[in-house]
Amino acid sequence: MAKKKETGYLSAKESRRIAKANRKITDEFEKKYKRKNVPESEYLTEMHDKSNVLEIDDLHTYFFTDVGTSKAVDGVSFEVPQGKTVGVVGESGCGKSVTSLSVMQLLQRPQGQIVSGSIRLNLGDKAYDVTNTPIEVMQKLRGNFVSMVFQEPMTSLNPVFRIGDQIDEVIELHEGQHMTKEEIKARSIEMLELVGIANSEGVYKMYPHELSGGMRQRVMIAIALACSPRLIIADEPTTALDVTIQAQILDLFRSLKDRINSSIMIITHDLGVIAEMADYVVVMYAGRVVEKGTAEEIFAHPAHPYTIGLMASKPVVGKKVDKLYSIPGKVPNPINMPDYCYFRDRCEMKCGPECDGEYPHEISLSPTHKVSCYRFYGQQVSDGKGGEQ
Amino acid sequence: MANVKNVRGMQHINEHAEFVASQPQPAPNAGDAPREAGVSSLLEYDPQYILQVRDLKKHFPIKDGMLSRVTGYVKAVDGVTFNLKRGTTMGLVGESGCGKTTTGRTILRLNGDKTAGDVLFNGKEVYDLTKKELHDARTKMQIIFQDPFSSLSPRMPVGEIIGEAVREHNLVPKAEFNDYIDDIMDKCGLQSFHKDRYPHEFSGGQRQRICIARALALNPEFVVCDEPVSALDVSIQAQIINLLEELQEQFGLTYLFISHDLSVVEHISDTVGVMYLGNLVEYGDTDDIFRNPLHPYTKALFSAIPVPDPTVKMKRIVLEGSIPSPANPPEGCKFHTRCANCMEKCKHEAPVQKEIEPGHYVVCHLYDDAAEVSK
Repeated sequence: MAKKKETGYLSAKESRRIAKANRKITDEFEKKYKRKNVPESEYLTEMHDKSNVLEIDDLHTYFFTDVGTSKAVDGVSFEVPQGKTVGVVGESGCGKSVTSLSVMQLLQRPQGQIVSGSIRLNLGDKAYDVTNTPIEVMQKLRGNFVSMVFQEPMTSLNPVFRIGDQIDEVIELHEGQHMTKEEIKARSIEMLELVGIANSEGVYKMYPHELSGGMRQRVMIAIALACSPRLIIADEPTTALDVTIQAQILDLFRSLKDRINSSIMIITHDLGVIAEMADYVVVMYAGRVVEKGTAEEIFAHPAHPYTIGLMASKPVVGKKVDKLYSIPGKVPNPINMPDYCYFRDRCEMKCGPECDGEYPHEISLSPTHKVSCYRFYGQQVSDGKGGEQ
Repeated sequence: MANVKNVRGMQHINEHAEFVASQPQPAPNAGDAPREAGVSSLLEYDPQYILQVRDLKKHFPIKDGMLSRVTGYVKAVDGVTFNLKRGTTMGLVGESGCGKTTTGRTILRLNGDKTAGDVLFNGKEVYDLTKKELHDARTKMQIIFQDPFSSLSPRMPVGEIIGEAVREHNLVPKAEFNDYIDDIMDKCGLQSFHKDRYPHEFSGGQRQRICIARALALNPEFVVCDEPVSALDVSIQAQIINLLEELQEQFGLTYLFISHDLSVVEHISDTVGVMYLGNLVEYGDTDDIFRNPLHPYTKALFSAIPVPDPTVKMKRIVLEGSIPSPANPPEGCKFHTRCANCMEKCKHEAPVQKEIEPGHYVVCHLYDDAAEVSK
């Protein structure tokens, strides 16, 4: 409680001091992004593994707010292999969305900045390091090679433009140089048909408010897929939808992924959706990855206490329990993170004095399954150590 | 009767006006008049049920043009029948826009007048209560709203939010008021020093606890929970569900639990009603419904639930299209436009509710013969 007071009620003088210091830091970052005519060598890079579409390496994304620096993402690393689906799970505020926005370079600037780490994006012939890419170049990548489906189909479409115009815009911007207006329109209508909208000509002329939630989400997906991106980031694509519509949208994602052979990074807090869609699962807590592995590993042998708690707290149809498990306590304040394991205060599997030490490093339980918890120290699999390579 | 109806109409127009008190009322024996009305409606009171709903309808007018003429009706609730046993929980599931919330609010008489049907709460027709009786009955039936961020007044401290209705109904003497609020807050997992804080200082889960405390402060018998956990995180969801269950045990509450999350409904409910486009298509014990869903819509709904186990690959019934507009519902069975088992009969004739197993009702032409066999 005292902590909250400390950060919640700053004196105006203190707040001004922090704001000034922040501006100094963020201006530096802004300058870097706004440069023009940057030589390619600065942001081109090599993928560590050619079969990955995306490699995130020790990413730190901070928000420099007037009440202090909020470490929203604090050392996240994972990969998205070509043609696979990676699911990212965690509670709200754990940094799932911020990670994905970092990849798109769509963070709320200037407060939100990628402080360190690298995000390598594989575009086939070239690989870009998003953290060093200036805005100018990034605009050409977004929508074209990597695109995003947002959580709220109600708020992410522009209410004053027709659906058709909004899809046309994307195609025109990225592939439109050699296309006539009619060709672009034909392409847009084709996209609407691809996402399962029967009345595609009619919907092309409609405004977003004339469509239901499921239909709007389909339009969002059509916009995201318009240029056949190599990576689709879906940020809670079905959270606002009903189960029956959710089933339709998930089916759509699966079939489209196979058709254009792209990878999906799906962000959700619904473990059911993850189990159904994902090949690999990344569990995040308080800005860090606490566990990652293949879907089978995570669901069959969850290792981190947080993952176990998350699974136990969700009622499952067909499994009767008298009382649902609920993880005690709450997520630590992102401005004042403890220096020991972030989950220690909520953990019910206290392993002993070592948990008071610094944040546990990643342990490999198998070549693909990794967990950050002191309970598994000493169980390291020999070949897992070089897994990063 | 006509006179009573007229009074009600006026009430509806001047909902906050106090003049109704001057209307002639059978004041000394207030309980008798509604009882008579209940008998005349042919729905008999069964003391084991706290709530009996028969053929409830609520249509909202669509107004159009310069003169605001009524051009049609949105049939939000179009014939809902169920009984709710004392001390149990009934889950109400369905897609958004199927009328779950309207059903909950219409039962509590929060939506103005009903269009048709009967709602018997403890044997009394809710819509025949006079203003004073309704005021008293409000303490017995409460609602917890969906969004804890918009259902709490941002200008009132938490203690005042919880205590406002207690004061209005004079439930406790002034001297005990503070202790009473502390006690309720404690039961709902809030600390007494939270009393002077404002809602914006709380997280989503805490706010939902405030909403629950506000409802329970009146010592109700029946609580409508309108999607109480859908705005919350998974781990917070579990806390709130556990709290609701504990409180039910402690106070012997009856819940009408409205949700679109089927796994939550299965966990908390004793009986489940499945709604589609204003109708209750299937209704029965939770076990019966989840083990043996009968209606094609229920089957499709259940097959759409994602299972948190990657090794299970479910055979899924994906419903085509979306829910039709309730302003212009399809003829015959309302589900026939999306049904996989649609027959010619379904397109013209609306099915009626049938009891397939004891306590398991379904509204579908597929079971026309089955019902006869069981009889």
